[in-house]
Formats: sequence, structure tokens, C-alpha cells
Amino acid sequence: MHVEVRGLNKKFGDFQAVRNVEFAIGKGQLIGLLGPSGGGKTSILRMLAGLEKPDTGDILFHGRRVNDLPPQERGIGFVFQNYALFKHMTVAQNIAFGLEVKKWPKPKIKERIAELVELTGLAGFEKRYPHQLSGGQRQRVAFARALAPEPQLLLLDEPFAAIDAKIRHELRSWLREMIDRLGITSIFVTHDQDEAIEVADEIMIINKGQVEQKGTPWEIYQNPQTPFVASFIGESTVVENIASLRGFEDAASWPGTRALIRPEYVEVGQENEFILLSATERGRVSHVHFRGSEWLVEVQVGQIKLVTYRSLEKSVLKPGDEVRVLVHRAYLFNDNDNWVMENKLKQEDPLPVHI
Amino acid sequence: MTNMLQNRWWSWGFRSAVLLYFVLLIVFPIVGIYGQSLSNGWSALVANLTEPIAWKAVILTAKLALVATVVNALIGTMAGWVLIRYRFPGRSLLNSMVDLPFALPTAVVGLMMLLLLGPRSEIGKWADSLGYTILFHEPAIVVAMVFVTFPFVIRAVQPLLEELDASEEEAAYTLGASKAKTFFRVILPAMAPGIVSGSMLAFSRALAEFGAVVLVAGNIPGRTLVASVYIFGQIESDNPAGAAAVSVLLLTFSFIVLWIVNVVQTRRTGR
Amino acid sequence: MKALWITLTFIVFAVLLGAPVVRIAYGAWDEGWSGFSEGLTRPEAVHALMMTGLIVVIVTLINGLFGVMLALYLVRAKWLGPQVKRIMNSIVDLPFAVSPVIGGLMIVLLLGPDTALGSLLDQAGVKIVYALPGMVIATLFVTFPLIIREVMPVLQEIGDQQEEAAHLLGAYGWTTFWRVTWPSIRWSVVYGVVLTVARTLGEFGAVLVVSGNILFKTQTATTLVYEDVENFNLTAANAVALVLAACSVGLLLFMEWAKSRRAS
Repeated sequence: MHVEVRGLNKKFGDFQAVRNVEFAIGKGQLIGLLGPSGGGKTSILRMLAGLEKPDTGDILFHGRRVNDLPPQERGIGFVFQNYALFKHMTVAQNIAFGLEVKKWPKPKIKERIAELVELTGLAGFEKRYPHQLSGGQRQRVAFARALAPEPQLLLLDEPFAAIDAKIRHELRSWLREMIDRLGITSIFVTHDQDEAIEVADEIMIINKGQVEQKGTPWEIYQNPQTPFVASFIGESTVVENIASLRGFEDAASWPGTRALIRPEYVEVGQENEFILLSATERGRVSHVHFRGSEWLVEVQVGQIKLVTYRSLEKSVLKPGDEVRVLVHRAYLFNDNDNWVMENKLKQEDPLPVHI
Repeated sequence: MTNMLQNRWWSWGFRSAVLLYFVLLIVFPIVGIYGQSLSNGWSALVANLTEPIAWKAVILTAKLALVATVVNALIGTMAGWVLIRYRFPGRSLLNSMVDLPFALPTAVVGLMMLLLLGPRSEIGKWADSLGYTILFHEPAIVVAMVFVTFPFVIRAVQPLLEELDASEEEAAYTLGASKAKTFFRVILPAMAPGIVSGSMLAFSRALAEFGAVVLVAGNIPGRTLVASVYIFGQIESDNPAGAAAVSVLLLTFSFIVLWIVNVVQTRRTGR
Repeated sequence: MKALWITLTFIVFAVLLGAPVVRIAYGAWDEGWSGFSEGLTRPEAVHALMMTGLIVVIVTLINGLFGVMLALYLVRAKWLGPQVKRIMNSIVDLPFAVSPVIGGLMIVLLLGPDTALGSLLDQAGVKIVYALPGMVIATLFVTFPLIIREVMPVLQEIGDQQEEAAHLLGAYGWTTFWRVTWPSIRWSVVYGVVLTVARTLGEFGAVLVVSGNILFKTQTATTLVYEDVENFNLTAANAVALVLAACSVGLLLFMEWAKSRRAS
């Protein structure tokens, strides 16, 4: 294991920022730390870098305990949210900094700068100062600077938070490609789901200082292990009285159980659109919103309001329309347990016609 | 590794040196003077303070400093306003001149006032004709105080005016307020914290002023002797206890003023 | 309305600020060039000016070094608790609130020939009060906050991320300071130094008390002016005062120029 963390704890004053965090990351993996602001992700990252000292716990790189190593000696490349470029140095000087500190011979430094400038697409900008660059360019310089001394581990703290939305997308794929090419173990922090899902091999969901779940994006989506993870990924509606929905009556045998229903689990439409008609129930459309690439439909089923998406190819629904609603599955949770329950009626349909 | 160890020793060395410097230079003397003033007990301190010449000097200084502060509050607000809000030839020259009193040695200021306000100068003769003597009387002290504290209110008011959002005024106009009304209801309240803190700093400085005042005051005990000159006199007459007593009074007052200004500042930025 | 306020302002500035400065220039030339140069070249003036110059250099160096370090500690140091920093921060401003005479008095009370410390040092042959060291200490006290107050806001504004980045790239204390922090605070240190020089040049009350104003031994330019006035030697006083005023104004203009250059 390249990076291992055991029993990590950190308090800031009275606030417990990091609570008993444990995880292990293999060499060459790209891990995303995802979670809401203030959840502790940045604190974990900074402790890995040596910028903060943990109260208790061990941090190991390749099996070696590094708690007492200062940031200077940890062999880490760090990319800050606000770039933290050296304002009074040119792009080339910024990149060269780490190498000059390590006393590399001048020709070797020049070579390495040229390599990195090429890699990060900054050719021609070597003599520019940070204030003469765009946000995206600055972040690439920060990246190049961090990589220059050939670190073993790359840490990125919300690297794209300060960048315009459009450039963000380009930079994300660029980052993904770059890291794949270099094969360097990387951990990045973000509060943006889409970013984590797009860039990372595996995601760790961090909330209130604890690791809620670690897994691939698909695993997390399919099998959320805690209610927080279930509600964090994707958009869901919380349903208190799940047993009142057709096909979920069994839920009544676990009192105090609530449900999370993702828009993707819900299908809404006219009668003729459904194959498994017997599994549907009646509902009434309360709102529709055009979302650019699909419709967002809010539908009232009895006491419960559900949210789902509807393709633009299908007929347009209007508020007040009577429709049929099929809930494919729901994520159920109570104090003791959580699981995904399929709509029972789907299995009992006498005429299952699957296309 | 050796780099780290080397660094350790240097760090510790620097830290202790700087902290020691700080404590010895600033904390020690201030504590020392409080200690000295109480060295013969509380009653001795009070006795020193209630010496007629002593407390008369204090009262006089407070009175004159107050006058100077009010004058500066008025001129300062006006000047601060004019310098920020209007554009006219000579504006940046005037703006730089504001700092002049900060730059000039106080003894030089005293000399300037002496020459300008003396009975043989234009101003002196003009005042004479009106029946007033300026030099070596209270007015000269006030003039000296006004000069040295001139920048305080201006420099406190200017940033507030700069921060003032034009849209606040515009909102007032669109709601029907006249320029004058807008000034008094919207702009002046925004400048108020600056006027107040600038005035307090000016007052505190005027109380403490020595160089400019000693040359033009005449220094007649009970009449034109201000506190700082009284203290000086006590030192020269080998009465450090008397000097320390009044010093401690002035110091305590200045510290309170400083603290209040600090509180006002932090509340402002906290808002 | 606007014209009224502008005119009034001009009048105030002309009368309050302009006239006195002009008057000094006038007064120095009261007895023509010879009067002026005599006032400056007489031995006591030369000595006094050199004294002032010496104190300026010593005080600027010491407060420059310690001021920058203290500013760094107060803003960046993790080894000082936030409470301690807050208290120290308020204490830094104290010299501004202290009347110069009181400043001098404090030094005399602590280190004067009648005190324990003072007599001890006296026996070792080191005179503090009524000699250069005392004057230096008094001036250090009075100018203490100037550089610190220029540097601290800048340190706070630029934040510590660049320094953290430098640490992560392997740089330790001195390298980080010299290559990353110093270029950012360089100008504020310059401003602080200019202010310190101007203030030291003009320091009067504290030095008067501590030095005893001994002719040819502990007299500075400002205390010489004082003595000249007391002795009704106005032309000579004016000459020295003009030189002081010219230096101060020159420093002020330099600061303005430097600031406007940076802004552009």
C-alpha cells in the first residue's frame, strides 16, 4: 500500500474536524475525497502533506511512519485551490523552485522545466508572471511546479474550485489524462460530485470528519452504505411513509424506516407507455420544469411527492395531468440497517415482457 | 537532517531574542513607570497629583486639547470630504501635504509657530490690534496642537468615504432626499466612526504633545503650563516622583483611548 | 457649494501648513547666506547633526531587524497562542500613545544613574542615560511600532499559502523567507524604514529628557534647535530647523513617489 492512514484524529479548538479516519491507497491510484464543505477533507489532505499535525493516528507512506517528517521531506507535490504561485517569479522560476532547493544542476533544471512546460501545454509562457496568466493557466503552472521534483504522491486541494465552469471541464479531463500518463498516486479533494465521479478511480465520501464509504463511483451509487452517501450522490427525495407506495408494502414490517428515492428510480408517463402496468400507481403532475436536455417532473402520488426526469422524446406532460408512476426501487434505511428494496410488483407481473 | 537541526537552533535563537527585545523595550518601561509612581504608596501618588500646579496643568492641557480636537474634527471632516469627493487642480499636492505634520520634527513645528505668531509677525500684529496676544498664551498652544494633530481626523475619514458605496447615496436621491439631507442622514453617519476615532487619537496626541508646545507656550505655571512641560520641569528639578505621577495619569488615559479606538475599529471590520 | 468648500480647504492648508514652512525658509535667510551657513557649520551644529545621523542609522537597523521579525511572528508563528498574539498586538501600539517626555522619563527611571541597573552599568563603564545608549533606547521605544505596522497588514493580506507551497517544495526557514516572503514585504519595509528615519530625525521630547542635552556630547539636531530658541539665537535655530524640515519633507515626497510608482 502506498498511503495508509490509521486512527487519524484532529480537533480545532472544540471542533472535531477529523474523527478516527482509516484508509489505504494503492500505488498509482487516483482517489477523490468527496464531501460537503467543512467535512474534514481538506484537513485530512493537509495532514497527509504535513501542513497540520494530527492529534492521534498514524500516517504511513510505503509502510513507513511519516508523522514526524516535516512537509519539506515528505516527497509530496501539492496543488492549492488558489494556486499559491510565487507572484514575483516567472512561470519558469516557479517551476524551478523545488529543483533549486534540491540543488539540481542548472542544465538538468532547464531540461526538466522544458519537459514540464511541454507536458502542461505552457510552451511560450515561461517568462510570464502569474498575474499575466488566466486561471486555467495558473493552475497548470501550479501543477507543473508540484510535479517538477518528481514527487511520489500528488495532493490536490479543490484544484478547480476557483476556475470558470467551462474551463473546469477541460481541465478535469486534462488532469485525468495527465495523471494516468504519469502513473503517480494522487489524492484530490472536492465538494463537486461530478468532478469526483469523472476524474477519480475511487471515491471516499467524507462527512463530519468520518469516512462514510470508499469505493468506485459505480459501487457507491449502486450500494450506498449509509444514508448520507445515498443522499449525497445524485438527487433524491426522502420519503417517510414508503409502505404506502404500491409494491413496497413490506416496508411496514420495519417501523421507523425511511426511504430515499432517486429520480432515476422513478418512471412517469401515460398508461400506454408502460409494459409493467400492473406495477404502477396513479399520480398527478404538480410541476414540470424544462431542464435543457430533459424535463424535470414533480408528481404527487397520494401523500408523497416524487421527482423524476422525462425524456424530450416522449409526449409533454402538463401540471394537473393524471399519469401512471412506476417506482422501480427505493433505498431504505433506519437506525440499524440500510438496503435497496425492489418494487415487489415488478417480479409478480404475469406478463413480463422485457425488451 | 542537519538542515533541520541547524534550523532549530536558529529559530530558538531568533525567537528568544525578539521576544526579549519586545519585553525589555516596551513592557518593562511601562510597568516600571507605574511601579515607580506607586513606590511611595498610593497616598503619595495622590498627593503628587493634587499639587495645585500639577492638576492645573492637567486640566489646562485637557481643555486646550479638547478645543484643538473640535477644531480638527471640523476642518478635518471638511478637508477629508473635499480631498476624496472632489477633483480639482492641486488635489494630490494637498493630499500629500496632509502628512506634513507627521513628518516634521515637533521642535521645528514649535519654531515655526514661534516665528509666525510672534508679536512682530503679521499674524501677531493683526491679533494685537484686536486685543489678543497669541504667542506665549493659550491660543498659541491650541494652534500648535491643531497643527500636530491635523492629519488624524482626515486620515480616519478618508477610507470611510472611499468605501462608501455610491449606490447608497443614489438610493437616497431616488427616494426624494435632497443633497443636504442625504449628507446628514446617509453620508455623515458613515463617516462618523472615522470622525470619532480620528478625534480620539487627535485628543490623545494633543494631550501628549511636548516639542511644539514647549517653545510657544510660555510655560507659566498655572496659566500656560501644560502637563507634558510640567513633567519635563519635574524631571529637571529632580522630582521624578512628581513627574511619574502625572505621567501615569496621562498614560492611563491614553491607553484607555487607544483601547476604545481599537474596539471601535474591530467592531467596524467585524460588521 | 463645492467651490466654497474647496476654497476653504485651500485656505486652511495654506495658513496652517504652508505658511509655517515658508516662514522657516524665510527665517533661515534672515541674515542672508552667511547667516544660514554659519548656523549650520558651527561646531555644535555639526556635532548635533552627526549625532542625529548616528542615532538614525542605529535605530533603523535595530528596529528594522526586530520589527520585521516580530511582524512575522505576530502574523505567522504557530508557536504563539492566539491570545498571546492579541495581547502583544495591542502592546505594539502603546508607544504611539505615550508622550515623548514620558518615554524619556521611563528610561531615566529604569536606567538612570540613581537606579540599581544604572549604577551597575556605570561601574562597568557603560553610561546609558545622558549618553548615546540612552538616546538610542528612547528612540527605539518611540519608533518601535512603525515598521511593524507597515509590514503586518501586508503579511496578513498575502496569506501563508505561498510559504506553505515553498515548504512542500523542500524549502526551510531562511530560503522560504528570502525567496518567497521578503519579495512580498520588501516595499512595506521600505515605507516603514522611511517613517522610522523621519520620526527619528524629528524625535525631541524623549531625547531631550534622556540626553540631558549636553553640548557637544549628547545634543541632537532637534535639541540644538530648542537650545538656540531658548538662547534667542533664532537665525541659527532656523538654519538647523530648515535642514531638518527639508529632510523630513524630502522623505515624505520620496514615500509618495515610491507609492505612486508601485501603484502604476
